[in-house]
Order: sequence, then C-alpha cells, then structure tokens
Amino acid sequence: MSLLSKLKEAVVCLKAGRVTLPYPAQTQPVPPRFRGRPIFDAAKCIGCAGCANNCPAREILVFDVCQEVRILKYLGRRCTYCGRCADVCPEKAITMSHEFENATNSIGDIQQKLDLFMSTCQRCGRCFKEPSPLEQLKLKGYRFDDLANERWIFRSKAYLTEEAAVDDVKIELD
Amino acid sequence: MLKNLCQKMFGRSLWVYHANSGGCNGCDIEVLNVLTPYYDAERFGIKLVGSPRHADVMLCQGPAMRSTAKALQRAYEAMPAPKLVFAIGSCACGGGIWFDSYSVLGPVEKLIPVNYYIPGCPPRPEAIIYGVAVALDLVDKKTAPVQFKQTELPIPRYHPADLEGQGEMVVYKKIEPV
Ligand code: SF4
Ligand code: SF4
Ligand code: SF4
Repeated sequence: MSLLSKLKEAVVCLKAGRVTLPYPAQTQPVPPRFRGRPIFDAAKCIGCAGCANNCPAREILVFDVCQEVRILKYLGRRCTYCGRCADVCPEKAITMSHEFENATNSIGDIQQKLDLFMSTCQRCGRCFKEPSPLEQLKLKGYRFDDLANERWIFRSKAYLTEEAAVDDVKIELD
Repeated sequence: MLKNLCQKMFGRSLWVYHANSGGCNGCDIEVLNVLTPYYDAERFGIKLVGSPRHADVMLCQGPAMRSTAKALQRAYEAMPAPKLVFAIGSCACGGGIWFDSYSVLGPVEKLIPVNYYIPGCPPRPEAIIYGVAVALDLVDKKTAPVQFKQTELPIPRYHPADLEGQGEMVVYKKIEPV
C-alpha cells in the first residue's frame, strides 16, 4: 500500500515536469503595470522640484548653486519605486521604467544627477510660505539640500542679503 | 581582490543567513520566494542556514534600527571569514521611507560593511537572483551613475543682437517657427 502511494507520488512528480525558471539565462517579461527604477528625462525637466517635495523617501535632493543653476540629485538608494514623483511631474519628465536589475556593489551607481538651467521668475519669485508676509518678502526661495551627506533640509531659510539685487529696493533685515 | 577571493572560496556554494533587523517582512517573503522551486536558488548552491556561524553570506533586510543594532553586529561578528553582506531592499540600502524616524539609524552599512546592494521595495525575486549572479560574476552589473549637464540655456532669450531684417519684417532668429 505504502509502496503504491510512493509510486503514485513519483508519477505525479514526473507529470508536473520542470517548473524552475532558468533566470539569468532566460527572463520572463514583467507585468505591464510593474514599476521599476524611475528614469529622469533631463530634456523635459523644468526643475520645479515637485518630485522632491512629494517623494515619501526624501530621495530627490535639490541644490541651488545660484539663481540660474539648480542641481537635482536622485539618490536611488532608498527609493521605494512608488511612482509618486512620476505622478506629480507636470512635464512627464519621469518615467517608471521596467528596470529592476539594479544590483550593484557600489551604491553610487544608481544615482542620477541633473544640472539644470533655471530662468529668473518675472514675478516676485518668493512662492514659499513664511510666518508673516514681511518675512516672505525677504525669502529667496532657494533650496540647499545636503548633497554630501544625502540629507533633505526640511525648510530652506535663505534670505536676501543687505545688498539687494535691485539697487533702489532696500529691504530691512532684522 | 574581493572578487578573486569570492571565486576561490565560494566556488561551489553560498550558505546564506537571513537577518531581518526591522523591515516590514516584504523583503523576507521575496527572499523565501527565491528559495522556492520556481526560482530555485539551489541551482547556484545557495542554501538557507539557521545560524550565522554556518553562513558565508548575510542577507540583510530592514534598516539599522536602534533596538536591533547590537544583535545585527553580533550576528555579523559570528560569521566566519570570508564573509559577504547583501543589503536587500531600499530599507537596508538607504534606510527606506523611515530613514528619518526616531528609531531608525539609517542604512545597515552604518553598522556592518555591505558588499552588494539590491534596491527595491521589495526587490523582485529575479532582482535578488541577479544580485547573487553579479556577486558570483555570472553576469555584469547593468547600472552606472547618470549625470546630465546642460551646456546652453534651453529657453530662447530675447537679445537685440539676434534680430535681423528680412525684407520689410524684423525677425527674431532664435524663435522656432510654429
Ligand atoms: S518612486 Fe517614490 S520613492 Fe522613488 S523617487 Fe519617486 S517618489 Fe521617491
Ligand atoms: S517634477 Fe518633473 S519637472 Fe519638476 S523637478 Fe521633478 S522631474 Fe523636473
Ligand atoms: S525595503 Fe520595502 S519591502 Fe523591504 S523591508 Fe523595507 S519597506 Fe519592507
């Protein structure tokens, strides 16, 4: 009896055939809505930093070198591939690719860095909220995230200097 | 040097120890998925062992946490040399979305040296196998850092020097015709 059941088991096993996917040699296509690594299209990006403000992992850092140049750095290391950055991007500059083979021996390999030219806003250029309207007027709106230590600075507090850019406007600083 | 060492010492098999230092269990399930017959990691001689003393490789999941930091370090020290550490998932690679939480210290490389990183939340089982294959030198890694630099202001700037007369009209050269 027990021998018979063992034979039956063997037949079942033979019928099932091979199920193993010979992975590195042969790949299987990912599901169509799979989200892999986000890829930045620098030609489309306008540098609005919407992706950086909405990333739950604070993964995209923004650093303003000066009024005209903004650095956008995607670290890749704590990205959860949630796709939120691609959703909020007004220019559709981020695509969630199907790349998942990102294994590497140096973590710097998965970062993407964009140096973007920015135009000066023709309006007040101070679209950041501050406690009082007076303080808001003094704000430059620059972002200085810590690129070296890969940290996101929660709130930028860069104020205009005493020698304002426009000569005839004197802004009083406290 | 590490690569040569790997090939010499681990030529036939890697025994892995699976350490979760506070992840959400998503990566654990993917690692177990790798060991199922469908992905069958035993093709590469990978075998799950229950004690770090038997292991060559530590698979780390979850960020370095305040509460498990000591235990993780002790598990690492218990492994016989030569040893490899894989950081699996974005928690282990960079701290994940809780990187700035009060109980999270950051990526596991803050506590123990990490040799290979497999990002993803969680990484696909294929991605984990790919990472192991990179370590075994079966495939080449596909990633490289990307840097993009603009050399010219992409927005046409109005400049009187770019105006030119064309018959009765004055045309601004740099504006593309619609
Ligand atoms: S996919 Fe999610 S975690 Fe990754 S960069 Fe975009 S918003 Fe951040
Ligand atoms: S949201 Fe899009 S356009 Fe804005 S900075 Fe990010 S990638 Fe660039
Ligand atoms: S990387 Fe994602 S799936 Fe893995 S332990 Fe962290 S949160 Fe969970």
